[in-house]
Amino acid sequence: MTVNTILPEIVLTIAALVILLVDVWVKKKEILGYLALLGTAATSIVALQSLTDRGYSFTGMIVNDEYGLFFQLLFLAATFVVIFMSMHYFRENTQMLGEYYSLLLFAVLGMMFMVKAADLVMVFMGIETLSLAVYVLSGCLRDDRRSGEAALKYILLGAFATAFLLFGISLIFGVTGSTNLAAIANAVASKNILGEPLLLLGMGMMLIGFGFKVSLVPFHMWTPDVYEGAPVPVTAFMAVGVKAAALAVFLRVFLVALPGLNDNWRPLLIVLSVLTMTVGNLIAISQENIKRMLAYSSIAHAGYLMIGMVAGGDSGVPSMLYYLLVYTFMNLGAFAVVMALGQKGEDNLEIKDYSGVGSRYPVLGFMMTVFMLSLAGIPPLSGFMGKFYLFSSAVKEGYVGLAVVGVVNSLISAYYYLRVTVMMYMRPSEKDIAPAPMRWSLVLALVITTFLTFQIGLFPSFYLELAKNSIFFLK
Amino acid sequence: MLKGYGEILFYLVVVVGFSLFALGLSHFVGRKSYSKEKLMPYECGVDPVGTARIRVSVKFYLIAMLFIVFDIESVFLYSFATVFKELGMLGLIEIVIFIVILVVGLVYAWGKGALEWE
Repeated sequence: MTVNTILPEIVLTIAALVILLVDVWVKKKEILGYLALLGTAATSIVALQSLTDRGYSFTGMIVNDEYGLFFQLLFLAATFVVIFMSMHYFRENTQMLGEYYSLLLFAVLGMMFMVKAADLVMVFMGIETLSLAVYVLSGCLRDDRRSGEAALKYILLGAFATAFLLFGISLIFGVTGSTNLAAIANAVASKNILGEPLLLLGMGMMLIGFGFKVSLVPFHMWTPDVYEGAPVPVTAFMAVGVKAAALAVFLRVFLVALPGLNDNWRPLLIVLSVLTMTVGNLIAISQENIKRMLAYSSIAHAGYLMIGMVAGGDSGVPSMLYYLLVYTFMNLGAFAVVMALGQKGEDNLEIKDYSGVGSRYPVLGFMMTVFMLSLAGIPPLSGFMGKFYLFSSAVKEGYVGLAVVGVVNSLISAYYYLRVTVMMYMRPSEKDIAPAPMRWSLVLALVITTFLTFQIGLFPSFYLELAKNSIFFLK
Repeated sequence: MLKGYGEILFYLVVVVGFSLFALGLSHFVGRKSYSKEKLMPYECGVDPVGTARIRVSVKFYLIAMLFIVFDIESVFLYSFATVFKELGMLGLIEIVIFIVILVVGLVYAWGKGALEWE
């Protein structure tokens, strides 16, 4: 049955709808978080079995393959951690809990459809399902002006970027006569339309649309403001989930549908990658707010990830997937620590608020140090291994200059990551930080992310195999 | 490769040119006399009262959004009804799923008090 091919998505939809209904009648809102966990767990179990129905379904709209499954499991794992974080964070902001969890699951639903899409129409549907949910999520602290500002900025700029994406899709459809990824590749190869300006224009516009979602410089302007204003769990979700989903679909569309235009988009991506790394890292140095700093750091990481896409082939794409995995957990962990040190009305988001944290809260200080060192790419943590594979794949494919720029940029980034650590351990505390009491869910989120940040780096072979097995679609 | 678009370009030039010409002609040649009555917004001859920028209760938007949702549902139902026989049982199941999802939304909106007008 073809329905089997989208069974995980069906389960997730049901879970989101049930949460919405339960929210109306149940007074005890605690249960909603557990329901969201249950829904995510059920979806994961079903998703693990989804490879029994490999191949295309729904008239070529959906494709079930290892690539999609890899990303789906990555999203679901990130969703678990984000729900754990939310159960701690929204304890005090309970006014929108039902909407929050159900929108979160709907966003994940959009992401899951994006990575399974084999058709540009499906890609667009997935991106919109994700975006509309995240626009609302970023504004879900209704009493906070900055949260509302973030939502408004995000929706206006997001709609603008979506228009570019859609225009690009329509131009490509006009030139090739199809929206199916494989059919577009065939048309480009057989119809002798390589130099067609409309095809190049369509490719460029799609590049802008995806570049906005991945927050590549110069389409990154929205990122710091939205990341700063949104509630911390939503910021964490955007930094890892939305970015990973957009990258996944970006990669699939360009490598499956437009490999014929390789010589056109690769130089563009090299320029974008260098710009993104450099601008992201340089601006991050001057940030005083930790959420803004992490926002610029996530921009810089998008630049590193583009190196893998430029290198391409058998080494570039797996190392990019591996780095995404690494990036997801170290970034989620950093946001979890940020959350642990704040409480309602007092978020302690300035970097100088972190002075003295290392001696007063040794465990939290240690964890933050681990995440910062991993983000900077210092061995033996997973961030180092990720960067190592990424840069070595670039060297192997002959992009030595790009790898050098990447290494120089990691050196720059070490400054602002280590600055947080220096603040925590070597400055006397300026401010009496009194975090809200920890809850088991946040502890669990911290433990999971710390553990994986070590484990993925120390024992990379399993994850690398996973990443390598996920790119059969390229062959 | 841009052949065949020449007519469109020509049409574009003619349209823009003609509108500029017509507006410009009346601007330079026509007589101007402005009075208070002439500059007033015209709506069926009734004098305007106050500014149009007033605050509207958020309830109007809630009702409007619910209306649009079910408006679109009926659009889909019409198109479904024309091919009802051809689609058979599968089509019926699919449209029922579609309606159930919308009903969940309605129940949610109702339960949250979106339909209460004080």
